[in-house]
Amino acid sequence: MRRGLMAEFQGPDALAAAIRALRDEGYRRLDAYLPLPHRAVEEALALPKSPLAWFVLGGGLLGATVAYVGMWWTNAVDYPLNIGSRPAHAMPAFIPITFELTVLFAGLAAFFGWAWLCRLPRLWHPVFEIEGFERASIDGYFLAVDARDPRYAADVSMRRLTALGARRVLRVGEEAPA
Amino acid sequence: MTTPPGARLLVGRWDDASLTDKLLEPVQRPAPASRAVLLVTGLGAAMLFATMGYVFVTGIGVFGNNIPVAWGFPIINFVWWIGIGHAGTFISAILLLLEQPWRSSLNRIAEGMTLFAVMQAGLYPILHLGRPWFAYWLVPYPSTMSMWPQFMSALTWDMAAISTYFTISLLFWYQGLVPDLAAARDRAQSDRARRIYGLFALGWRNSAWHWRHWRRSQLLLAGLATPLVLSVHSIVSMDFATSKLPGWHSMIFPPYFVAGAIFSGFAMVLTLVIPLRRLYRLKAVLTPRHLDLLAKLTLVTSLVVSYSYASEFFIAWYGGVEYEKYTLLTERPFGPYATGFWIMIVCNVFVPQLLWSRRVRASTVALWVISILVNVGMWFERFVLIVTSQRADFLPSSFGEYTPSLIDWMVFAGTISFFLFLFTLLIRFVPFVPIAENKEQLH
Repeated sequence: MRRGLMAEFQGPDALAAAIRALRDEGYRRLDAYLPLPHRAVEEALALPKSPLAWFVLGGGLLGATVAYVGMWWTNAVDYPLNIGSRPAHAMPAFIPITFELTVLFAGLAAFFGWAWLCRLPRLWHPVFEIEGFERASIDGYFLAVDARDPRYAADVSMRRLTALGARRVLRVGEEAPA
Repeated sequence: MTTPPGARLLVGRWDDASLTDKLLEPVQRPAPASRAVLLVTGLGAAMLFATMGYVFVTGIGVFGNNIPVAWGFPIINFVWWIGIGHAGTFISAILLLLEQPWRSSLNRIAEGMTLFAVMQAGLYPILHLGRPWFAYWLVPYPSTMSMWPQFMSALTWDMAAISTYFTISLLFWYQGLVPDLAAARDRAQSDRARRIYGLFALGWRNSAWHWRHWRRSQLLLAGLATPLVLSVHSIVSMDFATSKLPGWHSMIFPPYFVAGAIFSGFAMVLTLVIPLRRLYRLKAVLTPRHLDLLAKLTLVTSLVVSYSYASEFFIAWYGGVEYEKYTLLTERPFGPYATGFWIMIVCNVFVPQLLWSRRVRASTVALWVISILVNVGMWFERFVLIVTSQRADFLPSSFGEYTPSLIDWMVFAGTISFFLFLFTLLIRFVPFVPIAENKEQLH
């Protein structure tokens, strides 16, 4: 969110209730900022399922392929060594490393996929300019309404948020660079 | 006996702000002792690096190991350290998948312990290589020699297992930490602290979106770390089991090593947590219930380890191979290293039986002493396993003896110092009891 409204609520339940009310009225570009993961808030926002599992699946398959094909090519094709007439393409011996690299690539996909989906690292963001926003990691429960929301109208939305029980409502991004 | 106060995982009345402040307190107002501990353990770590430099310059002949006992201290301590790491992953990953709320106070300490223990473990195979400056030959890279590593060797498996284990543990731990680093950033008392925590928090802004991906990713990483608990020590055990030595060439090794690893790791968690909760007055989040559960898991894993010992002896006798019978039934209990064997039996089999008693589990002093004894016992398990099998195998003419050298002891003491040094740094600079996850328990 670059421009819009930010309303602070008492706790996660009040926040979730306000989100549900606004969504019923047709607001769609809402976000919440809160100091802990909370299922009710996420459900109220109707956030889609995180696609991360697919990234992990892809990473795992890639890791397995890289490991097995790499070992096969280096040990059986490019430089086969005869060690007591054992086959150079030693399937059982290749299993441990194939397994380990599957896990490694899948884990890297989980971490970097997460960072990419969250667009992190991003050290500065307009919301950090909001006075008191640092409480979002301590005990602040914020509801953000993006100015691009179809129902957004600064004054009306502001009054609506106050009516829903917001402690305070602030305008965001009016003077911050877009 | 009535269960309340002891059964709760969070003692006292807290709200979001007071709990955050309590859990950030160790970082913002460090215990006065931490400076002294850092100094002492830092000197120990410096000794480690100086000794390692000496080993690199003179060669590994300064270690006590030689033929026939070629593995000696480097591998004993490698196995000991990497085993300790496993309980950290067990607590942070398996208990997350099983939705056990009691993990949330312990997981960061335990996972930090894993990282630092794996770092110590990782030093040893490199030191033991003989020409450690060629350690990178284990990595397949297109070299001018046109050679590749040989993947039928267990050494390459070890490298893949340990580097994967370290990387996944680090990512899992760091990702779990990011929201709490953001809390430390937002509560920082100086500009410098705010900048540094802000940098490591990556700009985390507590958006519901962030949390959704974060939770998903933590769950996936936990799922990926879970098989590592079993696979890493299984692969380590294959270093032994793929050889033919009596006492090593055994089907039971992978599960036996994994059980021993988790057992020693739980003991190490207790060793670290008990002084910590006292020093930082964290009894509200690290409650008697946490210690009780850890003690019970120590007892369970002790029973698995005891069963493995029994099974080893039984198979040696029942299998009837004379070398196996000699190693397990004569050499270990009555040979020149019998003292180590009996220390192992007493510390790993008998001492943990005290944990059946509720009174013992409720006494932090007793628990701490037991946890130290288990650490000692598990070290001797690796000592006995490694030394006795190599010292006397098939040909009496090639029997030998093993005495660790002063350098061996200095490196070992150095790794303990380095471990404690890193752990103290963690306690000093990182919110070591997860904040967001404990706040979840409030709502």
